[in-house]
Amino acid sequence: MPELTLASNGGQVLTAEDTANSPLAIRGMTVSYGQKPVVFSVDATFVDGSMTAIIGPNGAGKSTMLKAALGILRPLSGSVTVYGKPLDEQRARIAYVPQRASVDWDFPTTVLDVVLMGMARELGLLRLISGGHKSRARECLSRVGMEEFANRQIGQLSGGQQQRVFLARALAQGADLYLLDEPFAGVDAATEKAIIAVLKKLKADGKTVVSVHHDLATVPEYFDRVLLLNTRKMAEGTVKEAFTSENLQAAYGGRLATAQIDQVLAG
Amino acid sequence: MGSEFVSLSLPPMLIGIFAAIACALPGNFLVLRKQALIGDAISHVVLPGIVVAFLFTGTVTTWPMMIGAAVAALVAVILIEAIQRLGKIEPGAAMGVVFTSMFAAGVLLLERSDTSSVHLDVEHALMGNLESLIWLDAFGWSSLLDPEALAGLPPELPRIFIAMVGVIAFIWIFWRPLKISTFDEGFAQVMGMQTGALGLALVAISAVAAVAAFDAVGSIIVIAMFICPPAAARLMTNRLGRQVGWSVVFAILSAVFGYVFAGYGPMWFGGQDSVSAAGMIATVSGVILALAALFGPARGGSQA
Repeated sequence: MPELTLASNGGQVLTAEDTANSPLAIRGMTVSYGQKPVVFSVDATFVDGSMTAIIGPNGAGKSTMLKAALGILRPLSGSVTVYGKPLDEQRARIAYVPQRASVDWDFPTTVLDVVLMGMARELGLLRLISGGHKSRARECLSRVGMEEFANRQIGQLSGGQQQRVFLARALAQGADLYLLDEPFAGVDAATEKAIIAVLKKLKADGKTVVSVHHDLATVPEYFDRVLLLNTRKMAEGTVKEAFTSENLQAAYGGRLATAQIDQVLAG
Repeated sequence: MGSEFVSLSLPPMLIGIFAAIACALPGNFLVLRKQALIGDAISHVVLPGIVVAFLFTGTVTTWPMMIGAAVAALVAVILIEAIQRLGKIEPGAAMGVVFTSMFAAGVLLLERSDTSSVHLDVEHALMGNLESLIWLDAFGWSSLLDPEALAGLPPELPRIFIAMVGVIAFIWIFWRPLKISTFDEGFAQVMGMQTGALGLALVAISAVAAVAAFDAVGSIIVIAMFICPPAAARLMTNRLGRQVGWSVVFAILSAVFGYVFAGYGPMWFGGQDSVSAAGMIATVSGVILALAALFGPARGGSQA
């Protein structure tokens, strides 16, 4: 019942309890590059154990909001809590998968090494990597179907393989909240399937998944909640409540023909 | 041979080796971060700082030099920011403008001030005075164990040695965060690493290496050592740890062969004199880079 009320009010009725229980609660976030705000006064409350797609047109501030929520970008205003506490106290519970194109894949390192980076928090500064850490990293690689690539140089991988390695690194973090920035951008169909299977397994294990997503057609199939963004928050709720033709029309404006929206909603 | 070598060749060779290692180690990360120019910039902008420090104190000693260099580096950072913002010029160009102008100002300052009593002039700033850093108190290998003789070591030697140990300690301790934040800064930040502070610390430790080396070997080596050994090392391997190892090997080879070729090379070709050791060390490091580019096993990396 309360969830329905929230959605019908455009998600504006927020109680302290919602914030405390939410894996990630964003309040009044505004981010700007120069003069123009890219994200304006957004409230978002992600639900524990859900899989949420952050959708919206190009330049809507989806990645920007995610980065600001994680402290990578500095917002003009706004507050963020992770499981009801400040971000800095909860970093061990967060795993982040950046956009694949954000790093230089020529970096001199191997696939296994990248996955081991996910364990940096527990390793600290000087602790040596043990056989146990390595076998855990290999196990993460096998979950994304990349175990035989462990000793490859990362520059030799295809785009889809690179994305899987990034996901394996996030798995190695052993987090409760997984934040992904366009994990399906430029990957092959097999990789997309593999990634979504891993994400669904995480959800089944009670983890929370939030992903910036581009392909509207796959939203109902992959996710159970959506956050519709176009600088401002346009809608938030379950796919059924918020992924509606009116909301999409409002968020995408003329950029999405009504026929396209109908097609997306039908599929 | 032994005693002559210990007093005349060993100290400058060691100073060259230590300077090369101290610059090459942070150079690995600067090159991977596409900040190789920063090493170049640092070695240039510190000159006016060092000259001004000398004008204030009248001596060329470590602390005033370090402070002068640090102030100059700070001024440079502010100028680079200001030029970028006010002139709407891209960062590389702003950096280029600032470090060349500051180096030029340092050269002019040097010319107009009376530095004849100390080893501080334009030539020294460029090429150092490696050949003159001899150890007159040494009478053979046994002097290495003789405290009295050791007291007569050129002061540049312990200075650059300490700087090198500092650089090694920094890279050793912060290896993991340096590696992760160089590869994927956003990810490192989400993990809670202070990537901004770490980047500044890397530049600061590079500046310490540059200033300590500058004093002994001049800016030519500093520029070459920040870039050539790491760049050549990258062509030898696809692992960061091995790359850093190779860069140290190349730094040592450049220093040793550069020094030897400078001292004896011209004689082999019938010449009478020797050439600048600093210039030759930098040249050797460039030749090593060229060879690595032609024959290194990890050329073209990901394209393979």
